[in-house]
Amino acid sequence: MDFTININNKKLAASKGETILEVMNRNGIKVPTLCHIKDAFPTGACRMCVVEDEKTGKLITSCSFPAEPDMHIQTHSARVVESRKTIIELLLSNHPDDCLYCVRNKNCELQDLSEELHVTERRIRGVKNKANLDLSSASIVRDPEKCILCGRCVYTCEEVMGVACIDFINRGNKSVIGTAFHQGLNTSSCINCGQCIMVCPTGALTEKNHFAQIQEALNNPKKRVVVQYAPSITVSMAEELGMKPGVDINGILNAALRKVGFDHIFDSSFSADLTIMEESAELIHRIQNGGTLPMITSCCPGWVKYAEEFVPEFIPNLSSCKSPQQMMGAIIKSYFADQENLKPSDIYSVAIMPCTAKKFEAQREEMTREGISDVDAVLTTRELAKFLKLFGVDMFNIKPELVDSPLGFRSTAGKLFGASGGVMEAAIRTAYHSITGKEMVDFQVSAVRGFDGRKETKLDIDGLELGVAVVNGMANAIKLLDELKGGRRDIHFIEIMACPGGCIGGGGQHIGTSEEQLKARMAALYRIDETERIKVSHKNPEIIDLYKNFLEKPLGHKSHELLHTTYHAREVVK
Amino acid sequence: MNVVQNIISKYPDCGRDSLIPILQDIQVTEGYLSKKSIVEVGKHLDIPVSKIFGVATFYNQFRFEPYGKYHVQVCRGTACHVLGSSTVLQELEKHLKVKAGQTTRDGVFSVEVVACIGACGLAPVICVNGEFHAKVTSQTIKEILDHYKNLGE
Ligand code: SF4
Ligand code: SF4
Ligand code: SF4
Ligand code: FES
Ligand code: FES
Repeated sequence: MDFTININNKKLAASKGETILEVMNRNGIKVPTLCHIKDAFPTGACRMCVVEDEKTGKLITSCSFPAEPDMHIQTHSARVVESRKTIIELLLSNHPDDCLYCVRNKNCELQDLSEELHVTERRIRGVKNKANLDLSSASIVRDPEKCILCGRCVYTCEEVMGVACIDFINRGNKSVIGTAFHQGLNTSSCINCGQCIMVCPTGALTEKNHFAQIQEALNNPKKRVVVQYAPSITVSMAEELGMKPGVDINGILNAALRKVGFDHIFDSSFSADLTIMEESAELIHRIQNGGTLPMITSCCPGWVKYAEEFVPEFIPNLSSCKSPQQMMGAIIKSYFADQENLKPSDIYSVAIMPCTAKKFEAQREEMTREGISDVDAVLTTRELAKFLKLFGVDMFNIKPELVDSPLGFRSTAGKLFGASGGVMEAAIRTAYHSITGKEMVDFQVSAVRGFDGRKETKLDIDGLELGVAVVNGMANAIKLLDELKGGRRDIHFIEIMACPGGCIGGGGQHIGTSEEQLKARMAALYRIDETERIKVSHKNPEIIDLYKNFLEKPLGHKSHELLHTTYHAREVVK
Repeated sequence: MNVVQNIISKYPDCGRDSLIPILQDIQVTEGYLSKKSIVEVGKHLDIPVSKIFGVATFYNQFRFEPYGKYHVQVCRGTACHVLGSSTVLQELEKHLKVKAGQTTRDGVFSVEVVACIGACGLAPVICVNGEFHAKVTSQTIKEILDHYKNLGE
């Protein structure tokens, strides 16, 4: 620490280059912010974070103002509080008074701030924003009328995801967040990741909800309604339910889904194991037969769409494997349907995902057979929590139950898919076994674990040198892809997850998730891996049965038909 | 080489700071910024199209639709404002069913708002393809528009 500054009459240490806000945050002094994003260059746009500089008498934005020696700052003087209140009143002056009908009701920063600042009446009346709802996307709904122009989505889409399909359009009181030429998000380069939703303080950005279709199916006696849930769901729902971060709710989730009325409950971690069987076989096949390398994972539909739009030259590198969601969907409407004597059209298949891009993936044409989608509807973690409430399920008073079998049992390798590095670790375990015929002595591949945006390591499997890389956060992936374009040849297998941290940080997860909470989710997955016995996909007994009774062998004829897919370059405005 | 490529080639180092001059040149040559040219500029300067659209819509000078056969400029300078140019603009927008900056669907009329055009004595003024119309009122607007319509499309 280089000097001291004075905040609310208390001396506090500060370093050169630190903003006043950073000093306050370190010392537990809370001032509200709206446009501020950690680590981003401050724009000073909203002025919510103003504090009073006692020496000059000026109100300054603490998020952008550097701390200076001997400053005297007041954070809650009458002027400061009044000015913050006015800002909120101005933001509300043209806001639709829609709270009762808004998905973000009770989880909205604008609502919270107006309560904190005691805004109890409408003093300022502005002309209401007239802007069209954008319902064009399969995943994301944009309601610009609820937008307060904080710019957090624009920053995230460009800097974290490297997509930049939305920006500030027009100026002054006509400003809106929009796409190029005001086209629908569906024709923009949006990859449906939903990270913009995660940072939006209001209800201006939400997922396209699938409630109505699912309820209709549940009420239709002719439909067999089945559900699968993604590996990350059981460890990432706690916050939505008011439980401690990182709690694994697997058993009670099964019970809850049965209460809601789902006829069969499957675990996508099972199909993650299936993905590993196919994907590790594909990797070995590519290595032994001079196929395109590095092979890149294709479980993340955000990344897949990015590749199709921005870097189609990497399409041959994409694994032809469908994602676990889609593999499960395909197996349900073939193998499971046969076993139950059902036609594919008798089944309504729901997936619970941490992800908004999965809604897009489910409706891709490649994911249908004879006009029937393999997966009919996708619920995000947030939607599921609402769904459980609707059905009056009390998650605190419910006895854990087991998932259904078959298509329910999983290894811990499949479960690891939920965190960045998990697909890689699971694939390494099975590839090692396929190549050497032996199991690894220590299953844990620490080099691909943890929160870094990029993780790389070299493996030596019986003399076969394998370079692997794991990236999460699309912008980190782009840097790696640039290196490949520049001629890097030492990597053979890459895992790409669009969302920071992987699916535990997905765009369908609880809004307002902190880094600590993300770490708790990751730790929970590792804990499961440590404590359970079956740690490799190829030892999952239900996987072994599925191959014996139905698929025959990885990359076989049936697999090819049901579990593998193709990609195509997409022309979009970018 | 198309028009846009031609213009871009005049900015050899082609950094991001050439964006505005390039857009201006395109507008001068083509009369407006088409989607196609914006996409092309984005490709050359390696700037996302949403950003270019954002920048371009920030400035009033850029149009995104071609001019109509008759281009109507409505003066919104001080003198014209005092004598009711905002009503003139509203009337015009009502008759033509377009907003300032847009072109009618049939491509006959386009509307633009301009600052003082130096004919304050005639306020409120509109200027159609360079012809001035003085002391415009709600009544005369319709006549003026009809006059041009009758000239043939
Ligand atoms: S979903 Fe992702 S890509 Fe699409 S606008 Fe939001 S942040 Fe950008
Ligand atoms: S859509 Fe949400 S995140 Fe984006 S600027 Fe508006 S309020 Fe902020
Ligand atoms: S990282 Fe996971 S949550 Fe995010 S887009 Fe990809 S699959 Fe969806
Ligand atoms: S948070 Fe500081 S200006 Fe917006
Ligand atoms: S103000 Fe309209 S011509 Fe001068």
